[in-house]
Amino acid sequence: MTHPTIIWVPCDSAARSVGADAVAETLAVEAAERGVSLEIRRNGSRGLFWLEPLIEVDIAGQRIGYGPVDVSDIPALFEAGFLTGKPHDRHVGPVEEIDFLARQTRITFRRCGLISPLDTNDYESHGGWAGLKRAAILPPATIVEEVTRSGLRGRGGAGFPAGIKWKTVLGEQRTPKYICCNADEGDSGSYADRMLMEGDPFTLIEGMAIAGLATGAEHGFIYLRSEYPDAIATMNTAIARARTAGYLGPDILGSGKAFDITLRRGAGAYICGEESAMLDSLEGKRGEVRAKPPIPAFSGLFGQPTVVNNVLTLATVPMILSEDPGPEGYAALGEGRSAGTQPFQLAGNVRRGGLVEAPFGLTLRQLVEDFGGGSLTGRPLRAVQAGGPLGAYIPVSQFDTPMTYEALAEIGAMLGHGGLTLFDDNVDMAEMAQFAFEFCAEESCGKCTPCRVGAVRGAETMAKIRSGDSVEDNLVLIEDLAEVMVDGSLCAMGGLTPMPVRSAIAHFPEDFSADGGKN
Amino acid sequence: MANSDSTTGSRADEGVSAICAKYDNRPDALIEILIDLQAERGCIADADIAPLADTLNLSRAEIHGVRSFYSDFSSAPKGRVSVKLCRAEACKSVGGDALAKAVEKRLSVQLGHTSPSGDVSLEEVYCLGNCALAPAALVGDRLLGRATADKIANAIGKSKT
Ligand SMILES: Cc1cc2nc3c(=O)[nH]c(=O)nc-3n(C[C@H](O)[C@H](O)[C@H](O)COP(=O)(O)O)c2cc1C
Ligand code: SF4
Ligand code: FES
Repeated sequence: MTHPTIIWVPCDSAARSVGADAVAETLAVEAAERGVSLEIRRNGSRGLFWLEPLIEVDIAGQRIGYGPVDVSDIPALFEAGFLTGKPHDRHVGPVEEIDFLARQTRITFRRCGLISPLDTNDYESHGGWAGLKRAAILPPATIVEEVTRSGLRGRGGAGFPAGIKWKTVLGEQRTPKYICCNADEGDSGSYADRMLMEGDPFTLIEGMAIAGLATGAEHGFIYLRSEYPDAIATMNTAIARARTAGYLGPDILGSGKAFDITLRRGAGAYICGEESAMLDSLEGKRGEVRAKPPIPAFSGLFGQPTVVNNVLTLATVPMILSEDPGPEGYAALGEGRSAGTQPFQLAGNVRRGGLVEAPFGLTLRQLVEDFGGGSLTGRPLRAVQAGGPLGAYIPVSQFDTPMTYEALAEIGAMLGHGGLTLFDDNVDMAEMAQFAFEFCAEESCGKCTPCRVGAVRGAETMAKIRSGDSVEDNLVLIEDLAEVMVDGSLCAMGGLTPMPVRSAIAHFPEDFSADGGKN
Repeated sequence: MANSDSTTGSRADEGVSAICAKYDNRPDALIEILIDLQAERGCIADADIAPLADTLNLSRAEIHGVRSFYSDFSSAPKGRVSVKLCRAEACKSVGGDALAKAVEKRLSVQLGHTSPSGDVSLEEVYCLGNCALAPAALVGDRLLGRATADKIANAIGKSKT
């Protein structure tokens, strides 16, 4: 008997959102009708979303891609001989050689899209658990030291060095301690956390377990937003399987140390991505921002020492603790204090939308043009919003900015969670500025006045500007409001809302003139 | 609990007790408990607050405060199918506003409202993590990419059956 041909069809929710399930079902039905023996496996997404559903035929160990595949393409694919890699309109060649992927440096995402996400053996045979195995026999201080040496900074937005945070928690004597993974991923334009949790969930589990061993925390929580039902289901199954296999539990890999994880869902509040609001939510309360100090490392969940890290920060740790690339190898990538790789996410009006993991330092232009291929509509690009709803709008004239924390700060922008939302020349920047205020008004936790009141007044004032009402006076008022919000807000929600607003006004003044930029 | 019969007997609610028990009656699991309750009943009714408070040993004001804080919770019943339409930037950049209008028209429901028949509630959300295949919508638990009013109507039809 011949072996069945293996075909990979993504189970990632974005791939499913454009028909991957129907493709998998139809492939099975067609194969049965033709008497062809197929084994359909589900992988995560490679992050080449414009090609989804992207199916991959395993031919002697090489994976040949076809995408985007519609159900209606499937009979023709069989006829063309796709099971032996033959040409067809949808044929994109060996997936690893697709330019968009071949030019990346995948470390955090090295397994995503390659393996079967919930198969612990598949994970292990692709380098999984190597970091945890090392960590299980290392002294905690050495683990922390390696993370520090790697230069890894928080990927959730603030970019704080992970090793320093861990060191503080390790140094605290009080127990219990906690590891809280921030999987709230509220920033528009970003989806890397979701992709990783759906496509390679054990990496996150491994990273959290290492964080536990490093700091003396025996319990971890994943705070996962309710907007991600597939990620919730996948993570829950992955946690259960990791426990059964002994990677979580009372004695991790014979270290004599315990670590386990509980998943908690969010309930639709952007502010719960802010770490102290997240902690309150994890305690069953309203997600209100806490005054700092104390920082969570001293007084976090239930008042105990707590590490709060983003999904991507934690999911990168296993590779830092393993030999490939290890702390030095990781630190050698990137530029200066922006060490390692960043998973950038191309979003919005983009021809080739998807995840680009690359060392810090490539330019925004390389990302949006070389990788992204410009706008989806084919019209000229006008702006890119970097770093989510609180991030700056960057004009084309600044596209040569290198993507590092430092270079972005210099132009008044920020990296945030690495989302890049593209806009073509149809965008009305005054409308986007109004939206920034409206979003803040909607999602503010309400604890401080500059944010709560400023956002509402900002939105009203911007609406007046758009209708041509006392434009100059109102722009002065906007600037005053922005100043009050920046100076007087308790957290970055109110403090950064002026960033998209001010950048829109500074770079696109024509959209804020009395005629509303209409001519 | 046996000893609470006399004082809270009138408020006892087996459904609420069962959900709370799933989380060992832990007050810090309140969000999880409310998510389950909301899913089971379509809302967290005023009448549910007292039994929740008793079981979890929290004040009614605390539960009230949590219910009103999170946009996933509602005191009045939501539709049998929930349609969440992304209104954030990446979706706006490819016609999200026009889609919102088309969907309102197609479903005869305004954003933020539930259809009179109780079939569908149409909600605004900010980002569904499908920003490379925008505009996006979530119909029940089903994510849609490159969403159109037709695709959304179809998905509603499917999730009703
Ligand atoms: C309004 C607001 C929203 C935030 N949302 C998120 C989020 O969704 N995910 C995240 O990881 N961090 C978010 N952050 C940053 C967190 O407060 C915190 O810095 C981060 O989780 C720490 O982890 P890291 O050091 O690994 O980045 C947000 C911050 C603010 C002010
Ligand atoms: S700035 Fe806004 S979100 Fe942050 S604490 Fe103040 S009111 Fe809450
Ligand atoms: S902005 Fe709409 S899905 Fe992310």
